[in-house]
Amino acid sequence: MMLCDHCGENEAIIHLTQIVNNQMSTFHLCERCAAEKGLEPGVNVGNFPLTDFLAQMGKGGTSEAGSAGPCAYCGLKLEDFKKTGRLGCSHCYVTFEPHLRGLLRRLHGGTQHLGKVYLPPDPSRTQQQERLAGLKRKLDRAVSNEDFERAAKLRDMIRELEAAL
Amino acid sequence: MKEVGSLPDFGLGWLEARGPHSDIVLSTRIRLARNLQAHAFTTRIREPERQEIFAQVREAASHAAALSGGVAMELAELSPLSRKVLLERHLISRELAGESDVTPPRGTGLIMSPHEDVGIMVNEEDHLRLQCLMSGLRLQEAYQLVDGVDEELGAALPMAFHHELGYLTSCPTNVGTGLRASILIHLPGLVLTKEIGKVLQGLGQVGLTFRGLYGEGSEVVGNFFQISNQTTLGKSEEDLLDHLEKIVGQVMQYEVEARNVLMRDARTVMEDKIWRAYGLLRYARSLSFDEVMNLLSGVRLGVSMNLLAGLRVYTLNKIMIFSQAAHLEQAAGRPLNDAESDLHRAAYVRRILEREGQVSASLDAPGEDVGV
Ligand SMILES: [Zn+2]
Ligand SMILES: [Zn+2]
Repeated sequence: MMLCDHCGENEAIIHLTQIVNNQMSTFHLCERCAAEKGLEPGVNVGNFPLTDFLAQMGKGGTSEAGSAGPCAYCGLKLEDFKKTGRLGCSHCYVTFEPHLRGLLRRLHGGTQHLGKVYLPPDPSRTQQQERLAGLKRKLDRAVSNEDFERAAKLRDMIRELEAAL
Repeated sequence: MKEVGSLPDFGLGWLEARGPHSDIVLSTRIRLARNLQAHAFTTRIREPERQEIFAQVREAASHAAALSGGVAMELAELSPLSRKVLLERHLISRELAGESDVTPPRGTGLIMSPHEDVGIMVNEEDHLRLQCLMSGLRLQEAYQLVDGVDEELGAALPMAFHHELGYLTSCPTNVGTGLRASILIHLPGLVLTKEIGKVLQGLGQVGLTFRGLYGEGSEVVGNFFQISNQTTLGKSEEDLLDHLEKIVGQVMQYEVEARNVLMRDARTVMEDKIWRAYGLLRYARSLSFDEVMNLLSGVRLGVSMNLLAGLRVYTLNKIMIFSQAAHLEQAAGRPLNDAESDLHRAAYVRRILEREGQVSASLDAPGEDVGV
Protein backbone atom coordinates (compact mmCIF):
# COMPACT_ATOMS: atom_id res chain seq x y z
CA MET A 1 0.00 0.00 0.00
CA MET A 2 1.08 3.55 -0.66
CA LEU A 3 1.77 5.64 2.42
CA CYS A 4 0.71 9.20 3.02
CA ASP A 5 3.37 11.78 1.99
CA HIS A 6 2.46 13.91 4.96
CA CYS A 7 2.34 11.62 7.99
CA GLY A 8 3.94 8.53 6.48
CA GLU A 9 1.65 6.38 8.63
CA ASN A 10 -1.70 5.84 6.99
CA GLU A 11 -2.61 4.60 3.57
CA ALA A 12 -2.72 7.34 0.94
CA ILE A 13 -6.12 7.42 -0.70
CA ILE A 14 -6.16 10.94 -2.07
CA HIS A 15 -3.90 11.79 -4.94
CA LEU A 16 -3.63 15.44 -5.73
CA THR A 17 -1.87 16.77 -8.77
CA GLN A 18 -0.84 20.38 -8.84
CA ILE A 19 0.98 22.43 -11.42
CA VAL A 20 3.42 24.85 -9.89
CA ASN A 21 5.78 26.73 -12.20
CA ASN A 22 4.98 24.36 -15.03
CA GLN A 23 6.04 21.37 -12.94
CA MET A 24 3.38 18.79 -12.38
CA SER A 25 3.70 17.11 -9.03
CA THR A 26 1.46 14.61 -7.32
CA PHE A 27 0.88 14.39 -3.57
CA HIS A 28 -0.44 11.29 -1.93
CA LEU A 29 -2.34 11.86 1.27
CA CYS A 30 -4.32 9.84 3.77
CA GLU A 31 -7.90 10.81 4.50
CA ARG A 32 -7.05 12.56 7.75
CA CYS A 33 -4.14 14.63 6.45
CA ALA A 34 -6.18 15.53 3.38
CA ALA A 35 -9.04 16.69 5.57
CA GLU A 36 -6.58 18.75 7.59
CA LYS A 37 -5.45 20.38 4.39
CA GLY A 38 -9.03 21.14 3.52
CA LEU A 39 -9.17 18.63 0.68
CA GLU A 40 -12.24 16.52 0.24
CA PRO A 41 -12.04 13.15 -1.40
CA GLY A 42 -14.09 12.90 -4.53
CA VAL A 43 -14.63 16.61 -4.74
CA ASN A 44 -12.58 19.30 -6.32
CA VAL A 45 -9.44 20.44 -4.77
CA GLY A 46 -8.44 24.04 -4.55
CA ASN A 47 -5.16 25.52 -5.61
CA PHE A 48 -5.10 27.43 -2.35
CA PRO A 49 -5.35 24.87 0.42
CA LEU A 50 -7.49 25.97 3.31
CA THR A 51 -4.67 25.04 5.67
CA ASP A 52 -2.60 28.04 4.67
CA PHE A 53 -5.44 30.31 5.64
CA LEU A 54 -6.14 28.47 8.83
CA ALA A 55 -2.46 28.67 9.78
CA GLN A 56 -2.48 32.40 9.11
CA MET A 57 -5.62 32.80 11.12
CA GLY A 58 -3.72 31.37 14.07
CA LYS A 59 -0.93 33.88 13.60
CA GLY A 60 -3.29 36.82 13.33
CA GLY A 61 -3.44 36.59 17.08
CA THR A 62 -6.24 36.64 19.54
CA SER A 63 -5.96 40.39 19.95
CA GLU A 64 -8.49 41.69 17.42
CA ALA A 65 -11.35 39.30 18.00
CA GLY A 66 -10.59 37.92 21.41
CA SER A 67 -10.96 34.21 22.09
CA ALA A 68 -14.46 33.55 20.80
CA GLY A 69 -16.67 30.60 21.49
CA PRO A 70 -17.20 27.78 21.99
CA CYS A 71 -20.35 27.79 19.86
CA ALA A 72 -23.31 27.88 22.23
CA TYR A 73 -25.34 25.63 19.94
CA CYS A 74 -22.97 22.83 18.92
CA GLY A 75 -20.02 23.29 21.28
CA LEU A 76 -17.38 23.62 18.55
CA LYS A 77 -14.26 25.51 19.63
CA LEU A 78 -12.23 27.73 17.34
CA GLU A 79 -9.28 25.35 17.77
CA ASP A 80 -11.44 22.50 16.46
CA PHE A 81 -12.18 24.51 13.35
CA LYS A 82 -8.53 25.34 12.83
CA LYS A 83 -7.71 21.64 13.08
CA THR A 84 -10.42 20.25 10.82
CA GLY A 85 -11.40 23.17 8.60
CA ARG A 86 -15.04 22.29 9.28
CA LEU A 87 -17.62 24.30 11.19
CA GLY A 88 -20.09 22.55 13.47
CA CYS A 89 -23.41 24.24 12.71
CA SER A 90 -24.96 27.32 11.17
CA HIS A 91 -24.57 29.26 14.45
CA CYS A 92 -20.79 28.78 14.22
CA TYR A 93 -20.82 31.31 11.38
CA VAL A 94 -22.16 33.91 13.81
CA THR A 95 -20.04 32.86 16.78
CA PHE A 96 -16.77 32.92 14.84
CA GLU A 97 -17.76 35.69 12.45
CA PRO A 98 -14.82 38.01 13.23
CA HIS A 99 -12.41 35.15 12.55
CA LEU A 100 -14.19 33.96 9.44
CA ARG A 101 -14.67 37.22 7.61
CA GLY A 102 -11.05 37.62 6.50
CA LEU A 103 -10.84 33.94 5.64
CA LEU A 104 -13.94 34.09 3.46
CA ARG A 105 -12.74 37.20 1.69
CA ARG A 106 -9.45 35.54 0.83
CA LEU A 107 -11.05 32.25 -0.17
CA HIS A 108 -13.80 33.75 -2.32
CA GLY A 109 -12.84 37.34 -3.01
CA GLY A 110 -15.99 38.64 -1.31
CA THR A 111 -18.34 38.02 1.58
CA GLN A 112 -21.68 39.15 0.16
CA HIS A 113 -23.78 36.33 -1.27
CA LEU A 114 -25.12 37.33 -4.69
CA GLY A 115 -26.66 34.03 -5.69
CA LYS A 116 -30.04 32.48 -5.15
CA VAL A 117 -31.96 33.85 -2.16
CA TYR A 118 -33.62 31.14 -0.12
CA LEU A 119 -37.29 31.41 0.74
CA PRO A 120 -38.02 29.31 3.83
CA PRO A 121 -41.34 27.49 4.25
CA ASP A 122 -42.67 30.12 6.67
CA PRO A 123 -40.96 33.34 5.51
CA SER A 124 -40.85 36.70 7.25
CA ARG A 125 -41.63 39.84 5.28
CA THR A 126 -37.91 40.71 5.08
CA GLN A 127 -37.11 37.25 3.76
CA GLN A 128 -39.80 37.62 1.10
CA GLN A 129 -38.42 41.00 0.05
CA GLU A 130 -34.87 39.70 -0.14
CA ARG A 131 -36.06 36.76 -2.20
CA LEU A 132 -37.88 39.15 -4.51
CA ALA A 133 -34.71 41.20 -5.00
CA GLY A 134 -32.80 38.00 -5.76
CA LEU A 135 -35.37 36.87 -8.32
CA LYS A 136 -35.27 40.27 -10.01
CA ARG A 137 -31.48 40.06 -10.27
CA LYS A 138 -31.87 36.69 -11.97
CA LEU A 139 -34.59 38.02 -14.24
CA ASP A 140 -32.43 40.95 -15.41
CA ARG A 141 -29.70 38.53 -16.26
CA ALA A 142 -31.96 36.10 -18.10
CA VAL A 143 -33.39 38.97 -20.15
CA SER A 144 -29.99 40.39 -21.07
CA ASN A 145 -28.91 36.87 -22.07
CA GLU A 146 -32.08 36.51 -24.14
CA ASP A 147 -32.96 33.36 -22.19
CA PHE A 148 -36.69 33.95 -22.57
CA GLU A 149 -37.83 30.59 -21.29
CA ARG A 150 -35.97 31.17 -18.03
CA ALA A 151 -37.20 34.78 -17.89
CA ALA A 152 -40.82 33.69 -18.20
CA LYS A 153 -40.38 31.22 -15.37
CA LEU A 154 -38.77 33.88 -13.17
CA ARG A 155 -41.58 36.35 -13.94
CA ASP A 156 -44.11 33.78 -12.74
CA MET A 157 -42.18 33.33 -9.52
CA ILE A 158 -41.93 37.09 -9.01
CA ARG A 159 -45.66 37.58 -9.63
CA GLU A 160 -46.53 34.82 -7.20
CA LEU A 161 -44.31 36.30 -4.50
CA GLU A 162 -45.59 39.85 -5.05
CA ALA A 163 -49.13 38.61 -4.65
CA ALA A 164 -48.18 37.10 -1.30
CA LEU A 165 -46.55 40.30 -0.06
CA MET B 1 -28.53 -6.82 1.90
CA LYS B 2 -29.68 -4.75 -1.05
CA GLU B 3 -27.86 -4.81 -4.35
CA VAL B 4 -27.87 -1.99 -6.84
CA GLY B 5 -27.60 -4.53 -9.64
CA SER B 6 -31.35 -4.36 -10.05
CA LEU B 7 -30.86 -0.86 -11.44
CA PRO B 8 -28.43 -1.53 -14.27
CA ASP B 9 -28.53 1.94 -15.82
CA PHE B 10 -28.53 3.80 -12.57
CA GLY B 11 -26.71 7.09 -13.08
CA LEU B 12 -25.42 6.11 -16.48
CA GLY B 13 -27.48 8.35 -18.74
CA TRP B 14 -24.43 10.47 -19.52
CA LEU B 15 -22.69 7.53 -21.19
CA GLU B 16 -24.96 8.01 -24.20
CA ALA B 17 -22.74 10.95 -25.15
CA ARG B 18 -25.65 12.94 -26.56
CA GLY B 19 -24.54 16.27 -25.12
CA PRO B 20 -22.72 18.97 -27.06
CA HIS B 21 -18.97 18.40 -27.57
CA SER B 22 -19.27 15.03 -25.86
CA ASP B 23 -16.24 13.65 -27.69
CA ILE B 24 -14.04 16.12 -25.75
CA VAL B 25 -16.18 16.98 -22.71
CA LEU B 26 -17.30 13.68 -21.21
CA SER B 27 -19.60 15.05 -18.57
CA THR B 28 -20.95 18.04 -16.68
CA ARG B 29 -21.50 17.70 -12.96
CA ILE B 30 -23.30 20.17 -10.72
CA ARG B 31 -23.38 19.89 -6.96
CA LEU B 32 -25.25 22.06 -4.44
CA ALA B 33 -24.34 21.83 -0.75
CA ARG B 34 -27.29 22.39 1.63
CA ASN B 35 -27.88 21.96 5.35
CA LEU B 36 -31.03 21.78 7.42
CA GLN B 37 -31.60 24.72 9.72
CA ALA B 38 -32.59 22.78 12.81
CA HIS B 39 -29.57 20.46 13.11
CA ALA B 40 -25.83 20.77 13.67
CA PHE B 41 -23.76 19.77 10.63
CA THR B 42 -23.27 16.07 9.95
CA THR B 43 -19.84 15.80 11.59
CA ARG B 44 -21.27 17.10 14.89
CA ILE B 45 -24.31 14.85 15.25
CA ARG B 46 -24.83 11.26 16.31
CA GLU B 47 -26.40 8.39 14.47
CA PRO B 48 -30.03 8.80 15.66
CA GLU B 49 -30.06 12.43 14.51
CA ARG B 50 -28.54 11.45 11.16
CA GLN B 51 -31.28 8.88 10.73
CA GLU B 52 -33.88 11.49 11.59
CA ILE B 53 -32.42 13.76 8.88
CA PHE B 54 -32.35 10.95 6.35
CA ALA B 55 -36.00 10.21 7.07
CA GLN B 56 -36.97 13.88 6.68
CA VAL B 57 -35.09 14.23 3.40
CA ARG B 58 -36.53 10.98 2.06
CA GLU B 59 -40.03 12.15 2.95
CA ALA B 60 -39.52 15.54 1.27
CA ALA B 61 -37.90 13.90 -1.76
CA SER B 62 -40.83 11.52 -2.18
CA HIS B 63 -43.05 14.56 -2.87
CA ALA B 64 -40.57 16.25 -5.21
CA ALA B 65 -41.67 15.97 -8.83
CA ALA B 66 -38.08 15.86 -10.10
CA LEU B 67 -37.39 12.77 -7.98
CA SER B 68 -40.63 10.89 -8.42
CA GLY B 69 -40.19 7.21 -9.07
CA GLY B 70 -36.70 7.39 -7.66
CA VAL B 71 -35.11 5.32 -4.96
CA ALA B 72 -33.72 6.05 -1.52
CA MET B 73 -31.16 3.83 0.10
CA GLU B 74 -29.13 3.94 3.25
CA LEU B 75 -25.54 2.93 2.60
CA ALA B 76 -25.57 0.67 5.64
CA GLU B 77 -28.17 -1.46 3.85
CA LEU B 78 -25.96 -1.98 0.81
CA SER B 79 -23.30 -4.61 0.33
CA PRO B 80 -19.69 -3.38 0.20
CA LEU B 81 -19.65 -4.27 -3.51
CA SER B 82 -22.75 -2.18 -4.25
CA ARG B 83 -21.22 0.75 -2.42
CA LYS B 84 -18.13 0.41 -4.55
CA VAL B 85 -20.22 0.27 -7.71
CA LEU B 86 -21.91 3.54 -6.73
CA LEU B 87 -18.50 5.06 -6.07
CA GLU B 88 -17.23 3.92 -9.47
CA ARG B 89 -20.23 5.60 -11.06
CA HIS B 90 -19.37 8.82 -9.23
CA LEU B 91 -22.76 8.77 -7.52
CA ILE B 92 -21.31 8.80 -4.02
CA SER B 93 -18.05 10.15 -2.69
CA ARG B 94 -15.22 8.04 -1.34
CA GLU B 95 -16.02 9.44 2.08
CA LEU B 96 -19.62 8.29 1.89
CA ALA B 97 -18.74 4.87 0.45
CA GLY B 98 -16.45 4.21 3.42
CA GLU B 99 -14.12 1.25 3.79
CA SER B 100 -15.37 -2.06 2.43
CA ASP B 101 -14.87 -3.82 5.77
CA VAL B 102 -16.69 -1.18 7.82
CA THR B 103 -20.45 -0.78 7.77
CA PRO B 104 -21.27 2.90 7.09
CA PRO B 105 -23.14 4.76 9.83
CA ARG B 106 -26.93 4.69 9.67
CA GLY B 107 -28.52 7.77 8.20
CA THR B 108 -26.00 8.25 5.39
CA GLY B 109 -27.46 7.50 2.02
CA LEU B 110 -28.35 8.26 -1.53
CA ILE B 111 -31.59 9.33 -3.14
CA MET B 112 -31.70 9.07 -6.91
CA SER B 113 -34.07 9.65 -9.73
CA PRO B 114 -33.29 6.79 -12.10
CA HIS B 115 -34.03 8.58 -15.37
CA GLU B 116 -32.79 12.10 -14.80
CA ASP B 117 -29.39 11.45 -13.31
CA VAL B 118 -30.17 13.82 -10.49
CA GLY B 119 -29.83 12.78 -6.90
CA ILE B 120 -29.00 13.64 -3.32
CA MET B 121 -26.20 12.41 -1.11
CA VAL B 122 -27.50 12.56 2.45
CA ASN B 123 -25.28 13.21 5.45
CA GLU B 124 -22.02 13.40 3.63
CA GLU B 125 -20.08 16.41 4.89
CA ASP B 126 -23.25 18.47 4.46
CA HIS B 127 -26.76 17.20 5.18
CA LEU B 128 -27.61 17.39 1.50
CA ARG B 129 -25.50 17.33 -1.59
CA LEU B 130 -27.82 17.71 -4.55
CA GLN B 131 -26.12 16.58 -7.72
CA CYS B 132 -26.66 16.16 -11.40
CA LEU B 133 -24.51 14.43 -14.00
CA MET B 134 -25.01 15.02 -17.72
CA SER B 135 -23.18 14.16 -20.89
CA GLY B 136 -21.23 16.85 -22.71
CA LEU B 137 -20.96 20.53 -21.87
CA ARG B 138 -24.34 21.53 -20.41
CA LEU B 139 -23.73 23.66 -17.36
CA GLN B 140 -26.87 25.80 -17.40
CA GLU B 141 -29.13 22.88 -18.19
CA ALA B 142 -27.66 20.73 -15.43
CA TYR B 143 -27.93 23.61 -12.97
CA GLN B 144 -31.60 24.26 -13.80
CA LEU B 145 -32.35 20.62 -13.12
CA VAL B 146 -30.65 20.62 -9.70
CA ASP B 147 -32.12 24.02 -8.91
CA GLY B 148 -35.60 22.57 -9.47
CA VAL B 149 -34.94 19.87 -6.88
CA ASP B 150 -33.45 22.47 -4.54
CA GLU B 151 -36.61 24.61 -4.83
CA GLU B 152 -38.87 21.69 -4.01
CA LEU B 153 -36.83 20.45 -1.07
CA GLY B 154 -36.24 23.97 0.27
CA ALA B 155 -39.97 24.60 0.35
CA ALA B 156 -40.47 21.56 2.57
CA LEU B 157 -37.34 21.57 4.74
CA PRO B 158 -36.01 24.76 6.37
CA MET B 159 -32.43 25.22 5.14
CA ALA B 160 -29.53 27.00 6.82
CA PHE B 161 -29.28 30.34 5.01
CA HIS B 162 -27.71 33.62 6.07
CA HIS B 163 -28.81 36.90 4.46
CA GLU B 164 -25.22 37.97 3.85
CA LEU B 165 -23.30 34.69 3.54
CA GLY B 166 -25.93 32.70 1.66
CA TYR B 167 -26.27 28.94 2.13
CA LEU B 168 -24.22 27.82 5.13
CA THR B 169 -21.99 24.79 4.73
CA SER B 170 -19.76 22.69 6.91
CA CYS B 171 -16.65 23.85 5.06
CA PRO B 172 -16.29 27.60 4.45
CA THR B 173 -14.96 26.87 0.95
CA ASN B 174 -18.53 25.97 -0.11
CA VAL B 175 -20.52 28.73 1.58
CA GLY B 176 -22.72 31.12 -0.44
CA THR B 177 -24.13 29.36 -3.46
CA GLY B 178 -22.88 25.93 -2.31
CA LEU B 179 -22.33 25.38 -6.01
CA ARG B 180 -19.57 23.27 -7.45
CA ALA B 181 -19.65 22.75 -11.20
CA SER B 182 -17.18 20.32 -12.75
CA ILE B 183 -16.39 19.45 -16.32
CA LEU B 184 -14.64 16.18 -17.16
CA ILE B 185 -12.56 16.90 -20.23
CA HIS B 186 -10.21 14.85 -22.43
CA LEU B 187 -7.05 16.73 -23.41
CA PRO B 188 -4.63 14.37 -25.18
CA GLY B 189 -3.57 16.99 -27.74
CA LEU B 190 -2.43 19.41 -25.06
CA VAL B 191 -0.62 16.65 -23.19
CA LEU B 192 1.17 15.37 -26.31
CA THR B 193 2.22 18.88 -27.37
CA LYS B 194 3.31 19.59 -23.77
CA GLU B 195 1.09 22.66 -23.60
CA ILE B 196 -1.02 21.27 -20.80
CA GLY B 197 1.05 22.75 -17.96
CA LYS B 198 0.54 26.26 -19.24
CA VAL B 199 -3.17 25.75 -19.73
CA LEU B 200 -3.73 24.25 -16.30
CA GLN B 201 -1.67 26.92 -14.63
CA GLY B 202 -3.79 29.54 -16.35
CA LEU B 203 -6.91 28.01 -14.78
CA GLY B 204 -5.67 28.85 -11.29
CA GLN B 205 -5.28 32.46 -12.30
CA VAL B 206 -8.90 32.76 -13.37
CA GLY B 207 -10.37 31.27 -10.21
CA LEU B 208 -10.83 27.72 -11.48
CA THR B 209 -9.28 24.52 -10.25
CA PHE B 210 -8.50 21.19 -11.84
CA ARG B 211 -7.49 17.70 -10.96
CA GLY B 212 -6.78 14.53 -12.84
CA LEU B 213 -9.17 11.65 -13.05
CA TYR B 214 -7.59 8.80 -11.23
CA GLY B 215 -7.60 5.12 -11.84
CA GLU B 216 -7.05 2.53 -9.21
CA GLY B 217 -3.39 3.51 -9.13
CA SER B 218 -2.12 6.89 -8.25
CA GLU B 219 -1.12 8.44 -11.55
CA VAL B 220 -3.15 10.70 -13.73
CA VAL B 221 -4.52 8.38 -16.34
CA GLY B 222 -5.96 8.77 -19.77
CA ASN B 223 -5.45 12.53 -20.16
CA PHE B 224 -8.77 13.16 -18.45
CA PHE B 225 -9.04 16.30 -16.33
CA GLN B 226 -11.75 17.77 -14.16
CA ILE B 227 -12.10 21.53 -14.25
CA SER B 228 -14.31 23.28 -11.70
CA ASN B 229 -15.05 26.58 -10.03
CA GLN B 230 -12.93 27.44 -7.03
CA THR B 231 -15.10 30.06 -5.32
CA THR B 232 -18.74 29.86 -4.26
CA LEU B 233 -19.41 33.20 -2.56
CA GLY B 234 -19.75 36.71 -4.03
CA LYS B 235 -20.99 35.72 -7.48
CA SER B 236 -24.33 34.49 -8.73
CA GLU B 237 -24.75 30.89 -9.87
CA GLU B 238 -25.17 32.07 -13.45
CA ASP B 239 -21.96 34.09 -13.32
CA LEU B 240 -20.01 31.18 -11.88
CA LEU B 241 -21.32 28.86 -14.59
CA ASP B 242 -20.79 31.35 -17.42
CA HIS B 243 -17.24 31.92 -16.38
CA LEU B 244 -16.52 28.20 -16.24
CA GLU B 245 -18.21 27.65 -19.59
CA LYS B 246 -16.23 30.42 -21.23
CA ILE B 247 -12.91 29.10 -19.96
CA VAL B 248 -13.75 25.50 -20.84
CA GLY B 249 -14.60 26.74 -24.33
CA GLN B 250 -11.14 28.25 -24.58
CA VAL B 251 -9.48 25.09 -23.31
CA MET B 252 -11.42 23.11 -25.92
CA GLN B 253 -10.22 25.47 -28.61
CA TYR B 254 -6.59 25.03 -27.49
CA GLU B 255 -7.10 21.30 -27.54
CA VAL B 256 -8.45 21.36 -31.09
CA GLU B 257 -5.54 23.54 -32.20
CA ALA B 258 -3.06 21.14 -30.59
CA ARG B 259 -4.70 18.22 -32.40
CA ASN B 260 -4.43 20.08 -35.70
CA VAL B 261 -0.73 20.70 -35.12
CA LEU B 262 -0.20 17.02 -34.32
CA MET B 263 -2.04 15.90 -37.43
CA ARG B 264 -0.10 18.36 -39.58
CA ASP B 265 3.36 17.57 -38.21
CA ALA B 266 3.10 13.98 -37.08
CA ARG B 267 0.15 12.36 -38.80
CA THR B 268 1.77 8.97 -39.25
CA VAL B 269 2.90 8.80 -35.65
CA MET B 270 -0.56 9.80 -34.46
CA GLU B 271 -2.35 7.26 -36.60
CA ASP B 272 0.05 4.58 -35.45
CA LYS B 273 -0.57 5.46 -31.77
CA ILE B 274 -4.32 5.41 -32.25
CA TRP B 275 -4.42 2.11 -34.14
CA ARG B 276 -2.03 0.48 -31.67
CA ALA B 277 -4.30 1.55 -28.83
CA TYR B 278 -7.29 0.10 -30.63
CA GLY B 279 -5.42 -3.11 -31.41
CA LEU B 280 -4.40 -3.65 -27.81
CA LEU B 281 -7.90 -3.07 -26.49
CA ARG B 282 -9.35 -5.32 -29.17
CA TYR B 283 -7.03 -8.28 -28.65
CA ALA B 284 -5.15 -8.09 -25.33
CA ARG B 285 -5.73 -10.92 -22.84
CA SER B 286 -4.92 -9.05 -19.66
CA LEU B 287 -5.44 -5.35 -18.98
CA SER B 288 -5.03 -3.22 -15.86
CA PHE B 289 -7.54 -0.41 -15.38
CA ASP B 290 -4.88 2.26 -15.84
CA GLU B 291 -3.81 0.64 -19.08
CA VAL B 292 -7.40 0.61 -20.32
CA MET B 293 -7.76 4.29 -19.47
CA ASN B 294 -4.60 5.20 -21.35
CA LEU B 295 -5.57 3.12 -24.37
CA LEU B 296 -9.09 4.56 -24.32
CA SER B 297 -7.52 8.00 -24.48
CA GLY B 298 -5.82 7.12 -27.77
CA VAL B 299 -8.94 5.51 -29.18
CA ARG B 300 -11.16 8.41 -28.08
CA LEU B 301 -8.81 10.78 -29.87
CA GLY B 302 -9.10 8.62 -32.99
CA VAL B 303 -12.91 8.61 -32.83
CA SER B 304 -13.02 12.36 -32.21
CA MET B 305 -10.83 12.91 -35.30
CA ASN B 306 -12.81 10.50 -37.46
CA LEU B 307 -9.88 8.12 -37.83
CA LEU B 308 -11.77 5.13 -36.44
CA ALA B 309 -14.98 5.05 -38.41
CA GLY B 310 -17.75 2.97 -36.89
CA LEU B 311 -16.74 3.29 -33.26
CA ARG B 312 -18.96 5.41 -30.99
CA VAL B 313 -18.08 7.56 -27.99
CA TYR B 314 -20.87 5.74 -26.16
CA THR B 315 -18.94 2.47 -26.38
CA LEU B 316 -15.80 4.12 -24.99
CA ASN B 317 -17.72 5.71 -22.10
CA LYS B 318 -19.26 2.37 -21.27
CA ILE B 319 -15.85 0.70 -21.15
CA MET B 320 -14.60 3.43 -18.79
CA ILE B 321 -17.31 2.61 -16.26
CA PHE B 322 -17.81 -1.13 -16.66
CA SER B 323 -14.13 -2.10 -16.72
CA GLN B 324 -13.65 -0.86 -13.16
CA ALA B 325 -12.96 -3.47 -10.51
CA ALA B 326 -16.31 -3.48 -8.68
CA HIS B 327 -18.27 -3.52 -11.94
CA LEU B 328 -16.26 -6.53 -13.10
CA GLU B 329 -16.89 -8.31 -9.80
CA GLN B 330 -20.56 -7.55 -10.06
CA ALA B 331 -20.67 -9.01 -13.56
CA ALA B 332 -18.64 -12.08 -12.50
CA GLY B 333 -20.85 -12.62 -9.46
CA ARG B 334 -17.85 -13.29 -7.25
CA PRO B 335 -14.78 -11.50 -5.83
CA LEU B 336 -11.81 -11.22 -8.18
CA ASN B 337 -8.16 -10.81 -7.26
CA ASP B 338 -6.03 -8.36 -9.23
CA ALA B 339 -4.80 -10.89 -11.78
CA GLU B 340 -8.30 -12.28 -12.35
CA SER B 341 -9.63 -8.77 -12.57
CA ASP B 342 -7.17 -7.96 -15.38
CA LEU B 343 -8.28 -11.07 -17.28
CA HIS B 344 -11.97 -10.29 -16.84
CA ARG B 345 -11.34 -6.69 -17.87
CA ALA B 346 -9.59 -7.70 -21.09
CA ALA B 347 -12.35 -10.20 -21.86
CA TYR B 348 -15.04 -7.58 -21.27
CA VAL B 349 -13.30 -5.02 -23.51
CA ARG B 350 -12.77 -7.62 -26.27
CA ARG B 351 -16.39 -8.67 -26.11
CA ILE B 352 -17.80 -5.16 -26.28
CA LEU B 353 -15.48 -4.11 -29.11
CA GLU B 354 -16.36 -7.30 -30.98
CA ARG B 355 -20.03 -6.41 -30.62
CA GLU B 356 -20.10 -2.67 -31.16
CA GLY B 357 -16.56 -1.56 -31.93
CA GLN B 358 -15.84 -2.97 -35.37
CA VAL B 359 -13.80 -0.41 -37.21
CA SER B 360 -13.32 -0.15 -40.94
CA ALA B 361 -9.67 0.52 -41.65
CA SER B 362 -9.24 3.28 -44.19
CA LEU B 363 -7.04 2.27 -47.11
CA ASP B 364 -5.69 5.68 -47.97
CA ALA B 365 -2.54 5.14 -45.94
CA PRO B 366 -0.43 8.27 -45.77
CA GLY B 367 3.28 8.38 -46.47
CA GLU B 368 5.04 6.45 -49.21
CA ASP B 369 3.17 3.81 -51.16
CA VAL B 370 3.84 0.31 -50.12
CA GLY B 371 4.51 -1.88 -53.11
CA VAL B 372 2.28 -4.89 -53.38
ZN1 LIG C 1 -1.46 11.20 6.56
ZN1 LIG D 1 -21.83 25.62 16.11
